[in-house]
Amino acid sequence: MPEHDDNRSLVAQLLIMTVAMFGFGFLLVPLYDVFCEITGFGGRPNAAAAAAVEMPDLKREVRIQFVTTVNSNARFEFAPDVSNMTVHPGKMYYATFTAKNLTSQHKVAQAVPSIAPVSAAEHFTKIECFCFTTQDFLPNEERAMPLQFIVNPELPEYVDTITLQYTFFDLET
Amino acid sequence: MTAVAQAHDSHDDHGPVKGIRRWLFSTNHKDIGTMYLVFSLTMFFVGGAMAMVIRSELAIPGLQFVHPEFFNQMTTMHALIMIFGAIMPAFVGLANWMIPLMIGAPDMALPRMNNWSFWILPIAFSMLLSTLLMPGGAPAAGWTMYPPLVLQTGDAFPFLIFSIHLMGISSIMGAINIIVTIINMRAPNMSLLKMPMFVWTWLITAYLLIAVMPVLAGAVTMLLTDQFFGTSFFLAAGGGDPVMFQHIFWFFGHPEVYIMILPAFGIVSEIIPVFSRKPLFGHDSMVYAASSIAFLSFIVWAHHMFTVGMPFTGQLFFMFTTMMIAVPTGVKIFNWVATMWRGAMSFETPMLFSLAFVFLFTIGGFSGLMLAIAPADIQYHDTYFVVAHFHYVLVPGSVFAIMAGAYYWLPKWTGHMYNEKLGKWHFWLSTIFVNLTFFPMHFLGLAGMPRRIPDYSTQFADFNAIASIGAFGFGLSQLLFVWVILSARKGKLATAEVWDNPPGLEWTVPSPAPYHTFETPPNIGANIGFEK
Repeated sequence: MPEHDDNRSLVAQLLIMTVAMFGFGFLLVPLYDVFCEITGFGGRPNAAAAAAVEMPDLKREVRIQFVTTVNSNARFEFAPDVSNMTVHPGKMYYATFTAKNLTSQHKVAQAVPSIAPVSAAEHFTKIECFCFTTQDFLPNEERAMPLQFIVNPELPEYVDTITLQYTFFDLET
Repeated sequence: MTAVAQAHDSHDDHGPVKGIRRWLFSTNHKDIGTMYLVFSLTMFFVGGAMAMVIRSELAIPGLQFVHPEFFNQMTTMHALIMIFGAIMPAFVGLANWMIPLMIGAPDMALPRMNNWSFWILPIAFSMLLSTLLMPGGAPAAGWTMYPPLVLQTGDAFPFLIFSIHLMGISSIMGAINIIVTIINMRAPNMSLLKMPMFVWTWLITAYLLIAVMPVLAGAVTMLLTDQFFGTSFFLAAGGGDPVMFQHIFWFFGHPEVYIMILPAFGIVSEIIPVFSRKPLFGHDSMVYAASSIAFLSFIVWAHHMFTVGMPFTGQLFFMFTTMMIAVPTGVKIFNWVATMWRGAMSFETPMLFSLAFVFLFTIGGFSGLMLAIAPADIQYHDTYFVVAHFHYVLVPGSVFAIMAGAYYWLPKWTGHMYNEKLGKWHFWLSTIFVNLTFFPMHFLGLAGMPRRIPDYSTQFADFNAIASIGAFGFGLSQLLFVWVILSARKGKLATAEVWDNPPGLEWTVPSPAPYHTFETPPNIGANIGFEK
């Protein structure tokens, strides 16, 4: 019967639509990442450290604040060695953070960064960061972790303070 | 109108089988529609009982009846049950009963799938409700299931996810069935633009369901794998992002709110013309308005999350697209009012509920516009103002439209008139109490009372006491609704037309509608449905 054929093809189309939308839900994950990386939305710092050229703008000063949080599942101490510094855009700076494993077990941890305000995220370039990789900690180990960064001179005029926030996670719990 | 009343008493017109098998194995759209509606009413009372627990706890400041953990379980379960168990199945039930009758089709296009899509629901909700008895209790992280909090749900977590999967499968099967029925089984001569508004709004709703229910299924699947299979979609420690869940969820969630209101628009668009004794004003513009609302619903989702930290341009985009929805919605409300303008109006119960719908839904729409203003939303976010807003659009919005539809079509289903006097009592009690419940919540929200809390500061006490009285009154009034339905068995016999010269094919079959209708397509002239 032709009517049954009509039904069958329409049902097939609708089922394909359903499966496609299920896939689209998962496709949103990489799309979201790409979107955030291109735009710096969501305070996501530029992961790909572009070859940074030093062009210091000595007339301008920007305050960098370091904020750290230890996730509730991690038994660590984690803090910046200096909690804020004043920098010139276009100049390379170093900062160190200290983390301590409070347990007597071997631990693998990672710090996840976030930058505020959003409009500063794409202009804050990390050349070297402990957050790029997972960190192994021996029992009760305490060590300093380096950060090397440069603030892009194209940072919008109205930004005078950038907050770099790290959350420290224990990857084994 | 052309009376083509069809008496189906030929020898091959067999009735239903007897006993439980009629319901378990039914492929008849009327039986399945009835089961959906009964299921929905049952869930309305289950979810309502949870609302009573919430309002009892909030009636006075302090913690008196339940633990905060249980309070959170109640708010979460109340929402899940009312959305997926009461409102959506009620619309699907009405679609099952009425769409074949309205388009002159003998049944739904895929009757066996129809049986499945219903029977999955009781399974899904038994599973969801069983979590109340589990160690750690029912899900308590809110119906929006934001990680990481939702991942702390105890044993109930996989049951929550799987029951949502089942509800999604049921909705998608229902939606596919409705689309195929509408596209392929309309009576000859019924072009798409001649379809009644209820059929139109359901066609659009069904497409929305197919577009977004799979996305919800994907989102909760990601939660499941994050919890049990070591993925990190939403876990910051593994490089994921919890905010991404909110984006995916609301990509589903915002179209979902239109899934819950578009069929309501359809119902009142059927009822208001009949009791105004005028054709619906601007039928085609209603269709375009509903389609525009459906389209816009896909590009406004982030207005639910203005406070997560969004760039300025993002806030502007979502603010303006959200406000744009007020335009097609305004077209609809204008058309309903224009339909009534200079009509010979009468005020039977279905019309009263429809009028209250137009008025009270608009209040909910306006508070929605206030919430759309990004800078103001920072203040309103997660306060009782939001609770007031979405209850105004869902209770005197969707629920009132469903009740209007139930009173309007009940004589067609049962063959008996309901008690008009009791119906009016039900209407007035519901309307007074619903406003008593939800209107003070606007003030509470503006004064800063947060939502999802079991205790509050004493300055909020008076309005909360009023809201609780309203809620108990509203809950009790719904028992009257059940009584009106049950007592309709003894009501006087309904004619085929029931109302005063209603348009539409459903009024051309006898009341009660025979078990099988339109086995041969109705012979309709050029102007059926609504007279242009």
